[in-house]
Amino acid sequence: MSTQTLTPKLSTHDLNFYYGKFHALKNISLSIPSGKVTAFIGPSGCGKSTLLRTFNRMYELYPKLRAEGEIHLDGQNILDPSQDLNLLRARIGMVFQKPTPFPMSIYDNVAYGIKLYERLPKFEMDQRVEWALKKAALWNEVKDKLNQNGASLSGGQQQRLCIARGIAVKPDVLLLDEPCSALDPISTARIEELINELKSDYTIVIVTHNMQQAARVSDYTAYMYLGELIEYGDTDKIFTNPTRKETEDYITGKFG
Amino acid sequence: MSNFNNRRYMGRRLTNAFTIGLSVVTVVFALTFLVWILWTLFSNGLSYLSMDVFTKNTPPPGNSGGLLNAITGSLYMVTVATLIGTPIGIMAGTYLAEFGKDGWLAPATRFINDILLSAPSIVIGLFVYEVAVHRIGHFSGWAGAIALSLIVLPVVVRTTENMLQLVPSNLREAASALGSPQWKVVTMVVYRAARAGMLTGLLLAVARISGETAPLLFTALNNQFFSADLNGPMASLAVVIFQFAMSPYEDWQHLAWAGALLITLFVLGLNILARFVFRPGPASN
Repeated sequence: MSTQTLTPKLSTHDLNFYYGKFHALKNISLSIPSGKVTAFIGPSGCGKSTLLRTFNRMYELYPKLRAEGEIHLDGQNILDPSQDLNLLRARIGMVFQKPTPFPMSIYDNVAYGIKLYERLPKFEMDQRVEWALKKAALWNEVKDKLNQNGASLSGGQQQRLCIARGIAVKPDVLLLDEPCSALDPISTARIEELINELKSDYTIVIVTHNMQQAARVSDYTAYMYLGELIEYGDTDKIFTNPTRKETEDYITGKFG
Repeated sequence: MSNFNNRRYMGRRLTNAFTIGLSVVTVVFALTFLVWILWTLFSNGLSYLSMDVFTKNTPPPGNSGGLLNAITGSLYMVTVATLIGTPIGIMAGTYLAEFGKDGWLAPATRFINDILLSAPSIVIGLFVYEVAVHRIGHFSGWAGAIALSLIVLPVVVRTTENMLQLVPSNLREAASALGSPQWKVVTMVVYRAARAGMLTGLLLAVARISGETAPLLFTALNNQFFSADLNGPMASLAVVIFQFAMSPYEDWQHLAWAGALLITLFVLGLNILARFVFRPGPASN
């Protein structure tokens, strides 16, 4: 695969995942190149969100879930229990399906993550918050109401606030778990624009139900089905000339 | 389906009308007693609610006086009970909702808490009498406050757990995804989201204990003089009402009405405040 030639940021090696006894991911091996957008597509229940949530070990919040195999971030196995979970999560930001503003002001939402790792004087904190909000293309809309509650923003703005909150910690990787599925088309377009701008600084992995979205925003696409990685490669190639019959059936709408 | 006058449909409409009618009747039934109670209290108590009630102590029979010592005693003991019960209750409720996901401790605690929640308050009074009055040798405000705190505790545990469970799990995920340790997720994000509900539960717990009589009879007893000393017997509104209402003296009976009205107004006020705090709508900062 063409992705093998680029520097991998994240790579999985024979990754298996279990919800109790249910085998949700089966021997997934793929590498996600640095500074690119990689999309996971597939029908509901295929394991694409599960795969994304192994990258920051989100599953550890819940009992009875476990991952086997290896996931490397810059060459280090992050599934190794000796890896500090919170420091890992500081390097890998995540944005969820539903916007999740914290019940506090817009400013505090962005400052929350920063305060976990750094003690900044007020002036520098202001600067960092402004930087993150600008980076998330939200600054102009909120600069006069930083003290308002995050929940007072529209859905699309809330989602960009969540992106700003993730960026503020200065991660290397951004995981986006169906970030637009709760948004209207205009807000979706803004988020997609934003993904394009952000990919020069971050490695982005996006899970999406929307195949057009995957085609628009990603450089590489992985098609998954029933916990298996069916095909992975250049987005253009996957959408125009897929190797596997299953992939073609899915993207042409014969199935799924 | 063009014919809507068929028997099935008419039957459904009849059931609907009957059920709504029944609901209205039960609402009226419940409200009647509530209004009746309030009316009785106001008509009997309002005329005796003078400045003296708040400035003079409980009198000997035949003399005029007020309820100052009883009001003060109630405020002291309710405050101390709340201060003891709230932190323990919030921490235990937090453990149940956030930390005790697996293992036997959380289910066992929840079960025992439910028993404590429904324990008759007279039993709690007897328990504290045995532990804190009998052994020490005298009745005290402290014993009263401890008994009341044992009533506050399970209410706070329960409401805290329920309110924390209402906080959507994706909020916890989002905070964890930033690399927050769990205690920071809980104290800085989840508590804020559940604040209004937890506060409501606390207010209702305070309302509940401010009218409790049985646990105070065995613990704080009563005191016909003014006392701000929690180490000695203390008067309380509930016990004074109990004693005065049963007495043959008219002055005392009048004061009992005034005290009953006072407690009711206090509880009513707390409930209205709780309503106000928990009013749904976009949370403002």
